[in-house]
Amino acid sequence: MSAGTSNPMQSHQSAAAATHQPLLSVRGVKTYYGNIIALKGVDMDVNEGEIVTLIGANGAGKSTLMMTIFGNPRAREGTITYAGRDITKMPTHDIARLSIAQSPEGRRIFPRMTVFENLQMGASINGLAHFDQDLERVCTLFPRLKERLQQRGGTLSGGEQQMLAIARALMSRPKLLLLDEPSLGLAPLIVKQIFTIIKELNEKDGMTVFLVEQNAYHALKLAHRGYVMVTGNITLSGTGKELLENPQVRAAYLEGGHH
Amino acid sequence: MNAPSITTSSAQDTAVPSRFNLAAALKDAFITALIALGLSIPILSYKTEQNGSDLFLASRWRLVAIFCAIVFVLRVLEHAFLATRAARKALPDPHQATEPVHAEPSAYQKVSRFAIPMFLGVAVSFPILVYLVQGGLNESRYWVDLGILILTYVMLGWGLNIVVGLAGLLDLGYVAFYAVGAYSYALLSTTFGLSFWICLPLAGILAAFWGMILGFPVLRLRGDYLAIVTLAFGEIIRLVLINWVDLTNGGAGISSIPRASFFGLPFTAGEGGFADTFGLEFHGMHRMIFLYYLILALALLTNFVTMRLRRLPIGRAWEALREDEIACRSLGINTTNTKLTAFAIGAMFGGFAGSFFAVRQGFVSPESFNFLESAIILAIVVLGGMGSQIGVAIAAIVLVGGPEMLRNLTFLKAVFGEGFDPNEYRLLLFGMGMVAMMVWRPRGLISEREPSVILKERKAISGSLVKEGHG
Repeated sequence: MSAGTSNPMQSHQSAAAATHQPLLSVRGVKTYYGNIIALKGVDMDVNEGEIVTLIGANGAGKSTLMMTIFGNPRAREGTITYAGRDITKMPTHDIARLSIAQSPEGRRIFPRMTVFENLQMGASINGLAHFDQDLERVCTLFPRLKERLQQRGGTLSGGEQQMLAIARALMSRPKLLLLDEPSLGLAPLIVKQIFTIIKELNEKDGMTVFLVEQNAYHALKLAHRGYVMVTGNITLSGTGKELLENPQVRAAYLEGGHH
Repeated sequence: MNAPSITTSSAQDTAVPSRFNLAAALKDAFITALIALGLSIPILSYKTEQNGSDLFLASRWRLVAIFCAIVFVLRVLEHAFLATRAARKALPDPHQATEPVHAEPSAYQKVSRFAIPMFLGVAVSFPILVYLVQGGLNESRYWVDLGILILTYVMLGWGLNIVVGLAGLLDLGYVAFYAVGAYSYALLSTTFGLSFWICLPLAGILAAFWGMILGFPVLRLRGDYLAIVTLAFGEIIRLVLINWVDLTNGGAGISSIPRASFFGLPFTAGEGGFADTFGLEFHGMHRMIFLYYLILALALLTNFVTMRLRRLPIGRAWEALREDEIACRSLGINTTNTKLTAFAIGAMFGGFAGSFFAVRQGFVSPESFNFLESAIILAIVVLGGMGSQIGVAIAAIVLVGGPEMLRNLTFLKAVFGEGFDPNEYRLLLFGMGMVAMMVWRPRGLISEREPSVILKERKAISGSLVKEGHG
């Protein structure tokens, strides 16, 4: 990873960002569930070192886009490129080996395995090579998990499970982290904690984050850039600040504001 | 009876509303018994008997009395049970989910600390114990034979446990691999004269190969659908064995399969045999005891390999696959390979067990590999607790040894009369046992999953306890 990404706040604002190749680029992607079209030709870019958020109502196709990037379901049309490689037709487990990690919707931790084993599963791609270091790192990020390493995943509270899902994704040392609704069903205080950690990962480690969220206010405040999705189409895009101030976004997603 | 202890224990907690009241329970049980008596007068108390051409009524008041007594006792027990349960529910649950759990050893650890060395010791010394108790080789034949049978099922249970317990793939056709193993040995030895020790690995490889063949088409299936396809696969193998007469000799089976030798020494009376070489007097039981240790070694090998694999990435991937397939894939695990290896390795152990079966029986036929066998093996895994090795072993002993024990319950004849054969009630008791399990331990005897990694802190804690003499 280049050291130039250490100050992403400026790089995304300049028009120059568009000239070099984005880390992840989605072009004209259409995804179907059977005959039902879920994504109607989506274009989206995530540049290295950015936090990009995707907001939208329930059923807009946010999670579908995230899963499509991971090849499950496959895009029927369009291309997805990651670090210059076409990953549109790659099997999910091979995509995961390209240093992309995902914390999927609904956390999907392994409930009968201990926290420690869950983290081991996250590290299984690199054959536990840096396991001890990475374990220490996620334990510093999430001290709650450290207390509960021997506890079964299923006995954790919702917030702890979400932390575990993110920690598990981090164990593979990803360059690009995909997070699907990390704030789902969590108390505001925990949401704040999790968003702080995402910011820390981005600023300190230069990790690129693609964040799918319902919690538009927090997500847009955190993100460098954002996209708004409505029924399978990207309708708006811009910097986090621009979108926060956009009257349409305010009306649709921030009414009654989470301040 | 345990009634007084129940009253005292519930008396400690005055908040419990439904305290066990012995007088009321007895009164209610008496009324129930009276109803039973009333009902049994038209149903039970008389039966018609024919003596030549005469038909007359024979009274069976003894039987009626026995039934009323049973109803009475059961009713009292029911009251006692409900009262204790209510008392237990009223107390706060000591295991709150959010509490850290590493303080107390789990049920699994409590059981395993004593049970595993004990089981192993009994299993290893079983033929000797039986010899001493029964007082002779001839007398111990039945017991060693039963031991072999149980260990075969323990091995099959452990083999299937890889597929069902660890990888979470519900396989109703496991007996197919058992059959592949048995027929592999039967055909290779009778046709090419290969010895058991060469055929054993070959049978395992062939069974693993068939495991992969089954695995490919069912990769995308889960749960019920997978169960149906595997069930069909088991039946296909059996039907092929019946109908491919040229190869398998059809329903008549393959007989006079060569017996196993003691690493080249045959178990025969003549010169150069096992008994002759070791200077023993020839006895047919030598072979039986050898077979016992052979299946014990094979079963322990299955267990050892499984325990080892659980700690390796592939074993962890199996368990992760059981928990959540989508999460597995997004963590970079190739679920196709993971499933196929689970099928193949599970099938391989089934194949080993099958070739052992063939060498023990000296005869194989498709009849030995019907669906009931698959169902029993699956029942062993499910009742034992999916994924638990010791649970599967206990379940195999109970499910295979239990029905055999029924044969010996001759004292029941004293209660129910001479014509009573406890063995006929085998399946009834089996079913009752299953229902009871589903009610009280729905996730199997040992449902707790033992973590594959135990952190050093835990070791330090238990180590310090041992020093203080608490271990």
